[in-house]
This record gives sequence, structure tokens and C-alpha cells, in this order.
Amino acid sequence: MHEAIPIGEWVSQFINFVLAHDNGTLESFGHVIAGFTEAIEDGLVALPNWLVAGAIALLGLWRVGWKFGLFCAASFFIIIATGFWPATMSTLALIIASTVISLLLGIPLGIWMAASDRVAAVVRPVLDFMQTMPAFVYLIPAAMLFGLGKVPGVLATVIFAMPPAVRLTNLGIRQVNREQVEAGIAFGCTPRQLLLKVQIPGAMPSIMAGVNQTIMMALSMVIIASMVGAGGLGNDVLASIQRLDIGLGFESGLSVVLLAIILDRITESFGASGPQPNAGLRQRARNLLARREASQA
Amino acid sequence: MESTVNSPDKIVVRNLVKVFGARPAVALQMLAEGLHKDEIFRRTGQIVGVQSASFEIRAGEIFVIMGLSGSGKSTLIRLLNRLLEPTAGEVQVDGQDVAAMDRRQLIDLRRRDMSMVFQSFALMPHRTVVENAAFGLEVAGMARDRREQRAMQVLEQVGLAAFARKLPSELSGGMQQRVGLARALATDPSLMLMDEAFSALDPLKRHEMQGVLLDLQREHKRTIVFVSHDLDEAFRIGDRIAIMEGGRVVQVGDPHEIARNPANDYVRAFFRGVDLTRHLTVGDIARTDQVPLFPVPNDLTADFGAAVEHLRSIKRHYGFLVDTSHHLVGVVSIDSLSRCLGQSRPAMADALLSHVPALPGASPFREVLSRVARNPHPFPVVDSNGIYVGAVTQTILLEHLCDEESRNA
Repeated sequence: MHEAIPIGEWVSQFINFVLAHDNGTLESFGHVIAGFTEAIEDGLVALPNWLVAGAIALLGLWRVGWKFGLFCAASFFIIIATGFWPATMSTLALIIASTVISLLLGIPLGIWMAASDRVAAVVRPVLDFMQTMPAFVYLIPAAMLFGLGKVPGVLATVIFAMPPAVRLTNLGIRQVNREQVEAGIAFGCTPRQLLLKVQIPGAMPSIMAGVNQTIMMALSMVIIASMVGAGGLGNDVLASIQRLDIGLGFESGLSVVLLAIILDRITESFGASGPQPNAGLRQRARNLLARREASQA
Repeated sequence: MESTVNSPDKIVVRNLVKVFGARPAVALQMLAEGLHKDEIFRRTGQIVGVQSASFEIRAGEIFVIMGLSGSGKSTLIRLLNRLLEPTAGEVQVDGQDVAAMDRRQLIDLRRRDMSMVFQSFALMPHRTVVENAAFGLEVAGMARDRREQRAMQVLEQVGLAAFARKLPSELSGGMQQRVGLARALATDPSLMLMDEAFSALDPLKRHEMQGVLLDLQREHKRTIVFVSHDLDEAFRIGDRIAIMEGGRVVQVGDPHEIARNPANDYVRAFFRGVDLTRHLTVGDIARTDQVPLFPVPNDLTADFGAAVEHLRSIKRHYGFLVDTSHHLVGVVSIDSLSRCLGQSRPAMADALLSHVPALPGASPFREVLSRVARNPHPFPVVDSNGIYVGAVTQTILLEHLCDEESRNA
């Protein structure tokens, strides 16, 4: 194949150059990520399954409501009963690891974008690239650089899942009510106080929507990442495709769906106070407290 | 109102200019050459927000900045605490040029001595009422106990202590703005900036909040700069007002004075259709050149005789008796004086017309309108201490109504 501009060749030359001249930096970086991910997975697996399932169901009960708590419990029962618990925990660990990394990078980047139009102008096309480049494409160089396993899976997931956190943090901060920001300044906030006391709290619903989106995108990506050996439920999905095993495909797919619903509803509840502001137990407890104070006053 | 007339200047604004755009220097140059802001915008795309504004705001007064939307009044108030950076000119607060302060000084000034109330209230939705009220103190680094204690005091002042633990979203608009007011009062600033503070409220609530502000002002005089587009509001709360047109301050002064002597057609049009008699008090229209004053007589026969002579010579029928400290004693007429002198043992009380009451200077013009119109005699006007301030006659009444008619024509 003859090209006028061999961009593909340049990219592969660049990757080869990095591989040839890397003196263990990539490897030690990979170790850190692998260690982090495995520590989470080991923790989740080491705990008895009823404890983890119960804890998440309680979280759902607290944040969303008793119906959702029941749904969580039933979902975990199905996952355990179909034998997908270890794979689900492995996937959950991958999601947690890549989400934590995505947010640690993404939220500060979003804040920086909101503070500077120039930064925003540079970062935006990079985010477009990260989100729209087909995921398989950067699985290959990631696997070449870090070897097969969890590390390229987590890194590819971070690339794919980080943009919503960046975008929605930036958007949220820019959309904080103008007079609220002015009030912050008028009462003598330093730029740091303004960020912590006015802008971030004001952008919180948007930032939490970003966190929610990041988690959901991470979930879809870690399934694909099984192609480079990241493990988890993706392995079973991949196996069912290779063997044309409809039953296995449905069971593993069902676990993915149930996990997705649980993660989505719980993280969503941390964003806006939700459709019914009085539904959460937290809000109910606060109302009770306020009433008691009022009756004492 | 009178008490602030001789106060020192709290704020002095000199040649203040604000240009929005990337090349303010070009616009400044063109302004100096005398080009109109529309012309500058057409040629350079630079928007002139405020154009060489100069005025003084006295300590302890409520200074209302009036103008139509787009006249630059919200921009102007934001230049006073530098929410917007002035392009040129000076803003002196207590003699210090705010426009030249460094960031540290500016933050210190905002924390210590000036605060702001916003049109949309601008409360932090995630904070409770008391946390919102304590915001300025929190930013300044005061400990939680102390700042919440202080916040509770100001919430008490605005009547919201019972709602301290509620979130702003649980309150009505009027109550939310009380929180905004409490937040601005908490740091006990000597200067408060209020940007259309009551414009988002319905007329009843607006009136109520103006009352709250006036009560607070009676308790403790602060300098208040109040942006408004509501003339009724300006008349009710404003000691003095500034009228803005197209980024320029076109007239500054007492609201009634401006209404009577508008500087240009814009100001005249601004006041047209506004019923000034709604805001006039009897004291505003009382005049001292209409009715002669006589001292309390020492020698009744001689003094009253002279008074009758004097009234005849100037062709007036009524006069007022005042004592040495200018307290009003009573109303007399040629007839009542003559009747008194004609008695065998004349007493001063016989000369006083008992059916003519003194009008308090603070009572609204409209309330006395029919009474003055139906009686031939003048009414004496006194202040709250009984000191004579002037007279209201049918002539004065007619002159005012005619002025009003021609102003609105």
C-alpha cells in the first residue's frame, strides 16, 4: 500500500521507538497500575460475597430507596447463583481502578479548562480524539507497550472513560450562576476560596453526572478490554462469541447489565437530589433533625 | 434626608470609564476625541459600558442609580467594588483609590467594609440560610461558632431567625432576599452595593423590603448605592439619585429637584407619566414666602395693631404666630386680630383661629390635597418637633398641579 502521507507508519515507528528506548519506565508504571487494580480485586474477592453484595444493597437502600435496595439484593443473588460472582468482582475492580484514575486526572483537567479558554481550546479536540477513535485501535499500542493483561485494559479504559468527567466538570463550573460567582468575589473570596466554596459546589450536579458517565463508559470498555487479557466478565462474553455459546453469552451479558444498572442508579443519586428530594434516607434524617431543632427553639 | 447634606463624601468617582472588548485603548482614544459610543462600536467593535462618570456619594445616604436597561447602571455599580476592572478613571472609597489597589488590599476591603446584594439573590443553594448569612465572615476566616452567632443576629434583624437551618430553595423570593440582605449586613460594612436588589420581587414584597431597608437605615446609617429602574423605588428610598443614559451619568441630585428641573429631554421623558404627587410630602411643597410671621406679642394692643397694619399693607389676610424658638403658636387673620382688639380685655387666645390645624411636614401631599383646596386660609406646616417650616396655600397647590400637568404633557 502506497500513501502520500504515511501517518500510520509514523505512529508505529513512534511506538517502536518508545519500546526500543524505554529503560523500564513503562514497566514500573505498569506495575503501579497493575498493583492498584489487583489490590482492589483482591479486596473484593477476599470479602465474603454476601458482605459485598449486602453492603452495596444497603448503599442502594440509603441513597435511592427500599425498592432499589431489593433490586440490588435480587441482582446479586442472580449473579451469585449463575456462578459469575468472581468474574463480576474482577470487572468491578477494573471499573473502580480506571474510574479512580480517570477522575484524578479528569476533574482537575476540567477545572483547568474552565479557568482558561486557551486550555479549553487545546484540550477539547484531544477529548474528541479520545472518545471517538475506535477503542480497539488504542488497545493494540497499549498492549504492545505494557504487555497483555490488566494494565493495557485499565489504560485503554481511562482514555475512553475520562472525557465525560473532563467535559462535565468544565461545563459545570462555567455554568455556575454568574451572580453567585460575583457574590463570592464581592464578599472577598480568594480565587482558591471561590473555587472550593462557590464554583465546585455549584458545579457538583454536573460533576457527578460526569462521574456517572465515566463509570458507565468504563463498564462498557472493560468488557472490550478482555481482548487484551484484562479478565472479568469480558472473558466470558468473548468466550461465548468464540464458541457461539448463546447461554453463556446471555448469562454473562445479564451480569454486565445488572452491574451497570446498580452502578448507574447509585452514582446518579449522588448528583442532583433526584426526582423526589425527600426520597433519600439522608434527606429524611435531615428533615427530622430540622423539625426537632425547630420545636426546641 | 437633611442629615446627610453636609456629610463627607464616602465615594468619589472621577472620569470613570469601562470599555468591553480586546482593544480598550483605541476606544479610550476615540472617546477623548469626542466620538459617540455607537460610532466607536461601529468602527472598532468595542463596547463603551460607562463613559467618564464623575459624581460623589455622601456618607450615610442612599444613592440610587437609575436608568433604562443597557444604560450602564449595573456596570457602574460593579466598577465600585471592582467586580469589573475599570478601564480608566478613579473610584475613591474613603479616600482610597479602589481602581489602583492590589489584589490583597482589594480582598481585604471587600471582606471588611463593603458588601453586595444581588438581583437574583445569588445565595449558595447547597448552604443553609445561616451558612449563607455567614458567608462573608467565613471567607474572612472567622471561627464557625462566632460567625454563626453573628449570622443569627442579622437573621433576627431581618426576621428570619426561625428559618436558619432551611435551604434557600425552601424559602419564598422575598425571604431569600432577606437572606441576601442578612449576608450583606453580617460583616457590618459601612458601604452596601445593591444591584436591582428588589426588582425580582412582586410589588407588594418589593414595598415591604424597601421598608425593611429603611428601618435598618434608621437604626444604623450606612452608605448604600442602589441600582434600580423603578422610579417609585428611587423616590421612596433615595436621598439622591443619579440618572444614567447610554453609559453617561446625565444628572445627579435630589429626586424632586431632578423632576422639576430635568437636565435634558431624556431625563424629562424618564420622569414623564410618573405622578410626582405620590411621593411629595407637605414639607416638600411648603413655602415661607406666602404668609407673614409675627412674634408672640409683648404689648398685645400695640403689636396686634401693627400686625393688622402690616397685613393690610401687603394685602394678605392671614398670618402665623411663632415663639422665639420658631415653634408655631397659632394662626391669625385681620378679622380675628380686629375682633380681639375690639374686646374690653383682649387676650391672645381670642386672636387665634382654632379651626386651622398645623400639618405635619411628613404627611403625604395627597392626604391634605382636598383639605387645602376646600379652605381659603393657608395651613401652617410644622416638623416633628413643632417647629414652623412653611405654609401650604391654595396658590401653592395650584402651582404644583399645573407644573405636574405641563411636565407630563
